[in-house]
Amino acid sequence: MGFQVFVAFGPWNLLLLLVALECSEASSDLNESTNSTTRHEPNVQFAAASSEPDENIPVFVLDYDYVQIPYEVTLWILLASLAKIGFHLYRRLPGLMPESCLLIIVGALVGAIIFGTDHKSPPVMDSSIYFLYLLPPIVLESGYFMPTRPFFENIGSILWWAGLGALINAFGIGLSLYLICQIKAFGLSDVNLLQNLLFGSLISAVDPVAVLAVFEEARVNEPLYMMIFGEALLNDGISVVLYNILIAFTKMHKFEDIEPVDILAGCARFVIVGVGGVFFGIIFGFISAFITRFTQNISAIEPLIVFMFSYLSYLVAETLYLSGILAITACAVTMKKYVEENVSQTSYTTIKYFMKMLSSVSETLIFIFMGVSTVGKNHEWNWAFICFTLVFCQVWRAISVFALFYVSNQFRTSPFSIKDQCIIFYSGVRGAGSFSLAFLLPLSLFPRKKMFVTATLVVIYFTVFIQGITIGPLVRYLDVKKTNKKESINEELHIRLMDHLKAGIEDVCGQWSHYQVRDKFKKFDHRYLRKILIRKNLPKSSIVSLYKKLEMKQAIEMVETGILSSTAFSVPQLAQRIQGTKRLSPEDVESMRDLLTHNMYQVRQRTLSYNKYNLKPQTSEKQAKEILIRRQNTLRESMRKGHSLPWGEPAGAKNIRYLSFPYGHPQPASRHRRVAEFTDNDSSDSERPSIMFKEHSQRDLPQERYPTQEIIPMKSLYRGRKPTNFRYQRNTSQEEHVGQGRRAALRPKPLFRAVDEEYESGEESAEEASAIGPGWPPEHRPSREHHKSHSPLLRRK
Amino acid sequence: MDLPVLEVSCKWKRTIVALCDWPLSPSIMFSRSIRVGAVSSDQIEQLHRRFKQLSGDQPTIRKENFNNVPDLDLNPIRSKIIRAFFDNRNLRKGPSGVADEINFEDFLTIMSYFRPIDITMDEEQVQLCRKEKLRFLFHMYDSDSDGRITLEEYRNVVEELLSGNPHIEKESARSIADGAMMEAASVCVGQMEPDQVYEGITFDDFLKIWQGIDIETKMHVRFLNVEAMALCH
Repeated sequence: MGFQVFVAFGPWNLLLLLVALECSEASSDLNESTNSTTRHEPNVQFAAASSEPDENIPVFVLDYDYVQIPYEVTLWILLASLAKIGFHLYRRLPGLMPESCLLIIVGALVGAIIFGTDHKSPPVMDSSIYFLYLLPPIVLESGYFMPTRPFFENIGSILWWAGLGALINAFGIGLSLYLICQIKAFGLSDVNLLQNLLFGSLISAVDPVAVLAVFEEARVNEPLYMMIFGEALLNDGISVVLYNILIAFTKMHKFEDIEPVDILAGCARFVIVGVGGVFFGIIFGFISAFITRFTQNISAIEPLIVFMFSYLSYLVAETLYLSGILAITACAVTMKKYVEENVSQTSYTTIKYFMKMLSSVSETLIFIFMGVSTVGKNHEWNWAFICFTLVFCQVWRAISVFALFYVSNQFRTSPFSIKDQCIIFYSGVRGAGSFSLAFLLPLSLFPRKKMFVTATLVVIYFTVFIQGITIGPLVRYLDVKKTNKKESINEELHIRLMDHLKAGIEDVCGQWSHYQVRDKFKKFDHRYLRKILIRKNLPKSSIVSLYKKLEMKQAIEMVETGILSSTAFSVPQLAQRIQGTKRLSPEDVESMRDLLTHNMYQVRQRTLSYNKYNLKPQTSEKQAKEILIRRQNTLRESMRKGHSLPWGEPAGAKNIRYLSFPYGHPQPASRHRRVAEFTDNDSSDSERPSIMFKEHSQRDLPQERYPTQEIIPMKSLYRGRKPTNFRYQRNTSQEEHVGQGRRAALRPKPLFRAVDEEYESGEESAEEASAIGPGWPPEHRPSREHHKSHSPLLRRK
Repeated sequence: MDLPVLEVSCKWKRTIVALCDWPLSPSIMFSRSIRVGAVSSDQIEQLHRRFKQLSGDQPTIRKENFNNVPDLDLNPIRSKIIRAFFDNRNLRKGPSGVADEINFEDFLTIMSYFRPIDITMDEEQVQLCRKEKLRFLFHMYDSDSDGRITLEEYRNVVEELLSGNPHIEKESARSIADGAMMEAASVCVGQMEPDQVYEGITFDDFLKIWQGIDIETKMHVRFLNVEAMALCH
């Protein structure tokens, strides 16, 4: 099926691309010709198309020069997007090869066309464009989507491996290539040590994004995943710092000799650049978090703040010759935690998508550009240099992996097995970073630049195509230890308990380790940072937020089950409850069983969910949709049965009380929106669903109503508002049928009530009862008392 | 069922510790234990030093001694942790109850729950070790030693866990515990019979909940890494 679609699409896609390309080429043809015309007649400025100098205003004017660069860039991006769409239409293809393969192939095709037709490739890449515009989004994205907790759990090993690994690789490859260059037979004697080291530094920048995708799919264990992720995150930064320092040395070397002092200064510089970058990043992270504290009234600006401040941190660090990459990474990591709690749900979504989009665009551009520059004359093929580069890349990676992990395993409580190390060794895929750095080598300092570029391209092609395609089967073959994390409240609680326990045991033993550091930081965070950086009235620990998320899921589900099984509860069997008993009465068990029967929205598996190119559709959206469909069915059914409203019976109405919302404290507005998101996503997807769940968000969301549709607002979840908003609106004909009096009686039946009722003091419930007002039939009040004293496990009677 | 690993280990420990009386200096004690084999004297010596520091040079530690640990004050589940040290179930002294004081041997027994799982262990040993660790955790929840985590107990723990955050009210904590309990019921029992009642999480259920979480890489304390508890297997 998928294949057919692909085949059907394939020609179309290709055609489209060709058309787009031809357009651009034709226009650049035109551009050249117009250029020549303008050269001949310099007084014609705008009327490029009209070849004669005429006083008349030209009817048709073409000014390609004016739009050339953005025009071409747009075409590039479009091309890449179309290629991606094609790539993902055929479902098995993404499993077979990484996306970067496709981009490179497309780029190479385009390059071949450009080469064949003798055009010049557009000037997308130059040093300032790359470092100022293309690189920051990529780094920002990987910093922002970093899974914080596992990262800091493994931070020692990650720093050790990513930092030292990059250095060992850079110097190892550089020095051993230098040795090769000393052999006269290869004709490389003009490549000096510094140039070799520089090449080593740029070729050691790995880009294991493709590997991460494979890992995620294969669900490898968390520490392994984090090692590769950490490498991807920090490696760029380290290589770029090294690269810049070495470039500085090379420049210096042109005029004077390098003294040992300079080398020492270079080392110090390396440290300063790194640490300074991280420092600035953290500062800017805090500033932006602090500013988002005050944006509640203009939430449209929130994403802007996030992006601008991260970019600013990059620019400021670069101005001071510090590492902008590390700065932007640190900034993203710092602010993420606080910003996510401050900004509204929609802003949060915007930030996420925008970030993915930006980074995906930059990377796509680089990859395609790489493909384009593969085809052409500016290559210098030196067998010895290229082969030895390839060999040394692998050898040094193997050495660094096995040596560094041998050391770090001594300190780790759960050491990396040999299999893990093999996978890490094999995941040394080079990517866009290496190519860009090679491409940006200044020709004046590097007479053999072409050879470096060629060697880099070969290494990238080799690793991306061969290793990238085979790593998936390898992971499966080696059967690396898997993880299966579930997103469940129990697990979250247990893990928390264990963390505290470990910290406590260490305290007792007088040990000092990172559990304690984490505990201390959390304390500090709660006491000071959160108070300063996060809006008021947003009390939230991550347990609570997870709980709310799950609960929201269940809440929708509960309404659903309530409707499905409402007939079972229509008999007002208000069993007497003995206070304090822990036994469940048959009705409770019945209801619980019912719950379990319909409990199909079990908590889902949580993957580490990092995908460079795309965001996973949220399961909640799917679930909400599923619920909608099911609800529609049941409603239709109940309509057929007659007009007996499922929740029409007084007792049935109040019975479903499984789900509790801790509504004792003011609910943050963003939580409202979180629910609202379900409905919003849905309403846009399914064509005009006849039934909608609507979360009332009195403050933020203007409540839209579809007059002819039934709307079931689930808003009575928070105390202090009218608790009985479970309203049933029907279109007029049915309303007549039901009758006015009956409707009045129906209105206040809460199908879905928060369970915390149990804990309410009498005074509160009285207050609530008065809040219910006249709409609440008096005979129901006593029945509410029954709810006060039963086991909290079951909330349905 | 859950004998071999830890039972053997405790015998080992007892023999080691029995070799030396308390008045003896630790150095003698540990030189002997080295003779017995596979014990890192450094680690135990360190623990012993800490033990003496906590107890104020007494042979036993009482609950009050734990108040001297300033860092523990910040721990939200402080009382639970201290209690675990004196829990007879963890000390293998009885099915229930709380000891008044513990000696160094007991202290080591508690610590042995936090040793990492050795890679050289075979599958069965790993399972046993895992079970032991989980049992320790289970006992932290099950405060009345009836073999079940009841809702009350669960709520209690959650409240304590969240007590670090002043913004969270008790009700949230409670409803979280309720939710967790519901979830546990659905995980452990699945489809319930009409007359079935879920009274609480038993140890078997607890194991079920923990399925798939690799506790062996999580529940350990760093200092025990180096052969410290080699005596335990």
